Amino acid sequence: MTASPLAAWRDRLAALAPVLDAAEQPFRSQLTVRVSDPDAIAAMGSALGVQFPSAACTFTSGSGRFGDVEVLWLGPDEFLVVAAPDLQITIEEVLRGALGTVRGSVVDTSAQRTTVVLEGPKVRDVLAHGCSVDLHPASAPGGTCVQTLLARTGIILQVNGDDRVTVLVRSSFAEYLAAWLCDACSEYLAVA
Amino acid sequence: MQLIPCPWCGPREEAEFHYGGQAHVAYPEDPSALTDEEWAQYVFFRENPSGPFAERWSHNAGCRRWFNAVRDTRTHDLLAVYRVGEPMPEVIA
Repeated sequence: MTASPLAAWRDRLAALAPVLDAAEQPFRSQLTVRVSDPDAIAAMGSALGVQFPSAACTFTSGSGRFGDVEVLWLGPDEFLVVAAPDLQITIEEVLRGALGTVRGSVVDTSAQRTTVVLEGPKVRDVLAHGCSVDLHPASAPGGTCVQTLLARTGIILQVNGDDRVTVLVRSSFAEYLAAWLCDACSEYLAVA
Repeated sequence: MQLIPCPWCGPREEAEFHYGGQAHVAYPEDPSALTDEEWAQYVFFRENPSGPFAERWSHNAGCRRWFNAVRDTRTHDLLAVYRVGEPMPEVIA
């Protein structure tokens, strides 16, 4: 069994409570989908049981034959399908079948990123220490999904709700990001 | 912090972007027919206006798409952004 990118950081992330409930969700199935044809996008959404997001910088989620699945908008013809671990091969086959002969691609990128789920009343304040995107709930409501920089590290940031944010970060940058999170939380921990 | 309005993602910090030089420099239809001087003109020579300048930018840390922007070189104001393939909009500097 391979250790997850943040396995060594589990205790240090847990110590950020009560400011932040931070936990890694490792090894999630991730597939990068490149397709621009609207009919193919709809067909892949139906095959998955979750329709692809139509608006820029948003994500969709739902439950289908692969359990809880999220589809993230990454670009005008680029999406990231995220599901529970060990489903990537099955989902890849299903999506390729739905794509058919239409120009596009489905690539397993599960090893590229790990996931950190952050929850707590201060989550937006902590992230604002290193993220230039406006995280006010009015500008970034639940369902927002942006690719941006957090403390100079490229991330995908998903807003799940007022107090809950999911960060997808490249595996090799994960430890740096965890260290930065611990540092950014320190001022809130001091008064908590 | 300078904000650059990506045509897909909206206003983002300048650090997320990569500069790509002058926009609308068309690749020669028949490169082999060009003289050395004409080829050098295509490869190396660019406009250097004082005022509005159409440029290519890439949203590297975001949607990773190239787009065009008209920037006033005197003030660094971005007067307009538009997607690749769209005509350059009229701007008033």
